[in-house]
Amino acid sequence: MTTTYAKKHVNLLNIIENKKINTQYFILKVQAPHDISNLLPGQFVNILVADTRHAFLRRPISIYDIHPQERTIDLLIQVVGEGTHLLSKLKAGEQVDILYPLGKSFSLLESGKIALLVGGGVGIAPLLFLAKKLYRKGVDVHILLGGKGSNNIIETKNFEKYGKVYIATEDGSQGERGLLTQHSILRKSDFDMIYSCGPDAMMRAVANIAAKHTIECEVSLENMMACGIGSCLCCVTPTKSGHQCVCSDGPVFNTKTLEWNK
Amino acid sequence: MNTSKLKLAVKIGNLEFKNPVMTASGTFGYGPEFEDFIDINRLGGIVVKGTTLNAREGNNYPRMAETPSGMLNAVGLQNKGVDVFCNEIYPRIQDYKTNIFVNVSGSTVEEYVKTAERINELEHIPGIELNISCPNVKEGGMAFGTSCPSAVAVTHAVRQVYKKTMVVKLSPNVTNIADIAKAVEAVGADGISLINTLLAMAINAETRRAVLSTTTGGLSGPAIKPIALRMVWQVAQAVKIPIMGMGGIMNSTDAIEFMLAGATAIQIGTANFIDPSVSMKVIDGIEDYMKRHHIQDINSLIGGMLQQ
Repeated sequence: MTTTYAKKHVNLLNIIENKKINTQYFILKVQAPHDISNLLPGQFVNILVADTRHAFLRRPISIYDIHPQERTIDLLIQVVGEGTHLLSKLKAGEQVDILYPLGKSFSLLESGKIALLVGGGVGIAPLLFLAKKLYRKGVDVHILLGGKGSNNIIETKNFEKYGKVYIATEDGSQGERGLLTQHSILRKSDFDMIYSCGPDAMMRAVANIAAKHTIECEVSLENMMACGIGSCLCCVTPTKSGHQCVCSDGPVFNTKTLEWNK
Repeated sequence: MNTSKLKLAVKIGNLEFKNPVMTASGTFGYGPEFEDFIDINRLGGIVVKGTTLNAREGNNYPRMAETPSGMLNAVGLQNKGVDVFCNEIYPRIQDYKTNIFVNVSGSTVEEYVKTAERINELEHIPGIELNISCPNVKEGGMAFGTSCPSAVAVTHAVRQVYKKTMVVKLSPNVTNIADIAKAVEAVGADGISLINTLLAMAINAETRRAVLSTTTGGLSGPAIKPIALRMVWQVAQAVKIPIMGMGGIMNSTDAIEFMLAGATAIQIGTANFIDPSVSMKVIDGIEDYMKRHHIQDINSLIGGMLQQ
């Protein structure tokens, strides 16, 4: 994981656009008052949901993409509860309170290497920015996206700009039928790194496949958090060096360091 | 009124605080986590993460549950132990120009004493907060703070070895908190801090399981503020030593209310998670309040709630 230090901010950001993708997903585009070119793939922001007793804490959301010239950050969000439902109602011209940038990034392969990015459901959120960075470095990027059905397969055109896209759906409505982790691309062993984000069970299965082929594997975890900056110690995951905070020691971890069975 | 003439300084024991605004243990790390957001030197004080004699891994995940207007935690005093604090963390924070308190916890009286002895050697740590109220550990912690004899035993023992300012952090999970406060005052506490979290739980109806790995945890946030305020007021009636009040303080109005109830200083806890810069806003807001109400010296607010 890359440990470049970027000063954190807590600010009201202007909402430039709230783009609905389908009933489940939307992309919030916000504009920062500062330069954001040092934001890295795998980092996240923590959004305050206003006007609710139930969504008391901030919502951690992956950075989906950045546009440094416009100083805008895209956040791909899935509606899962009251907090994300309220966020989906935000409109261009309004403001939202955001704490950013948080966490450590994926490590970036060098030019000429081959990467496989595996995203399940909203787990694709940190992978677009990663695909873009890797592509621009000259890495050969392959992207496997999966979900229950074609409704969960979104944004494929964006991913196709940076690499070859493979799809798996459980109902067979798009791409190969079956679980993401059963996709034929995962039988190939010539990747230098597998990056993954999605449901816990999926990431564990991907990590096992990577280990079988002795491929390095980084996953982005999404434990429940309170602070997002490593002060509350609520979001810990067991690792070979004890409990570590997903928010500040992660969210990206090399799977070799995790003690997933504890 | 000239702002520069406002007097915000308060005293606990022999220790002066530049203002009454502190950050609560377990919500502020050791300080560096917040350097991007605030000027730590502007704070009256900070209470760093609960420290024990030996390293503790804490409880298993999940350790947190969001609840209406609050949250539960069951961290379980995860920390690297007093040696790592003294050798690695203290050098990083010793130059802060604010009163650094170490929150001291243990499973036995002996562990409290040994930890306090080590902290006593640190020149730039002017005080400890004796934590006899952690609800998330199997042994010790809250068990010491829920009966007068055990609260007295640990406070008395630590008082023998700890020579600087010692405040005792009380549990709200008792029948009569004023009795415990009087008991620890009698054996040499310089101040009382209250309240720690309220024992609580959350269940996920869909999975039919407790949300926390430990089933129960400690409730904090604005949901507990009215209870905390009542307890600060009750303890203020019962003891002569100063009080650090806390429990759901989210803004300067909340802070003022705690002072009116009888707190000399206040601690901001869970609010640090929502807004890491909140402590500065609380100081600014207290100054504004003093100007609006023509109050020159903040000490005149302490216990200043008017009678009906």
